[in-house]
Amino acid sequence: MIPAPFTYQRAASVDEALDLAARGGEDAKFLAGGHSLLPLMKLRLAVPEILVDIGRLGELSYIRDDGSHITVGALTSHDELARSGLLASQLPLLAHAAGQVGDPQVRHRGTIGGSLAHADSAADLPAVILALDATLVARGPSGSREIAAGEFFRGLFETALEPGELLTEIRIPRPQPAGWSFQKFTKRAIDWAIVGVAVQGGSVALVNMGPTPVRASAVERAVAAGAGPRDAAAHAAEESSPPEDINAGRGYREHLARVLVARALEESRSRA
Amino acid sequence: MKVSVTVNGSQVAAEVADRMLLVHFLRDVAGLTATNVGCDTSSCGACTVLLDGQSVKSCTVLAAQADEREVVTVEGLSAGPDAGPDEMHPVQRAFRAEHALQCGFCTPGMVMATVSLLAENTDPTEEEVRSALEGNLCRCTGYHNIVRAVLAAARDDAAAGLAASERRPG
Repeated sequence: MIPAPFTYQRAASVDEALDLAARGGEDAKFLAGGHSLLPLMKLRLAVPEILVDIGRLGELSYIRDDGSHITVGALTSHDELARSGLLASQLPLLAHAAGQVGDPQVRHRGTIGGSLAHADSAADLPAVILALDATLVARGPSGSREIAAGEFFRGLFETALEPGELLTEIRIPRPQPAGWSFQKFTKRAIDWAIVGVAVQGGSVALVNMGPTPVRASAVERAVAAGAGPRDAAAHAAEESSPPEDINAGRGYREHLARVLVARALEESRSRA
Repeated sequence: MKVSVTVNGSQVAAEVADRMLLVHFLRDVAGLTATNVGCDTSSCGACTVLLDGQSVKSCTVLAAQADEREVVTVEGLSAGPDAGPDEMHPVQRAFRAEHALQCGFCTPGMVMATVSLLAENTDPTEEEVRSALEGNLCRCTGYHNIVRAVLAAARDDAAAGLAASERRPG
């Protein structure tokens, strides 16, 4: 299985990448690690005519302590996130969840920016950055803009990025000292989550309980009102619209959400 | 496009289609056929090679992405297909000694995933070995001998006093 023909262009800077994408228009796509895009291209579910390879832009690969924020370059790999001492001490939820993505080979190549921009509803990191109230920075021909995580995910494989806009940075507010947890349920180790949960303090976000990651607002309200993990988790499937697919029906996903949220809240509490 | 990859220490340069995958570059251009195409969907790990020292699934990397980079395949670990046990890489020797293969299809990928693991973690626990190999499927062995071989290779390397940097080939 190989992708349909396309033209490969390698960018040597962010400016050049934006330039190449602008010239390619709707037919161009950015290529980072390629671990979401290339499999889709092999299946002809994506058929870009131009790939703009941003994989060598070292300027987009960093994890930085900016005081009130931890700032992560979009091209930082899952493996680098998982091994980061800074994240382990300041944002253990992100480091831990990145270490649960795919398998070691996938984590060596896959990037946080690629995962977020791809916006697969079964991906782990979109829900994590939603729970962390991150801000995403995108650069386009007319400059940079910031997009709140809650505004970024618009639908299945659909984000607020405009054609030609490149996700460059993720800014994560340094959380108040609090517990955290990441739970996902899979049939086999390397599968995508059937359902997943990210908890940071009082924030709870769900993986694969709708076309985009969603905040479990009813759970958050119950936690804020002092409910225990099990009582709060009873609200986990409210305000969600889980998909029906080969792995699970709606009812099973709703059940999983309640079970996993309860586990996540308990684990988070034990770490607080 | 023109692609030039350092494969097992030798430069391999060729004009290839932009859409050529690294695994096909290795097999069809470089003529190194130990790296297998298994599932072709980045699930099974049979095509695992090292790219700049890290394990990757070469069915999900473009040859163009490996341009001007270093790739090591299982052929690059030892003196060649006729290498005796003494000339094998410690991981190959351990797979042989522990009978960590039956049909052998997954083995090149398993060995390369193991080399990558041991470069990152010189003293893995059994649990760490099992999760490090979660991207490599074997339909014959049931994994027990493979895990034993990886642990034996780690002990072997420790006994030989090899630093992680020395153990990383290429």
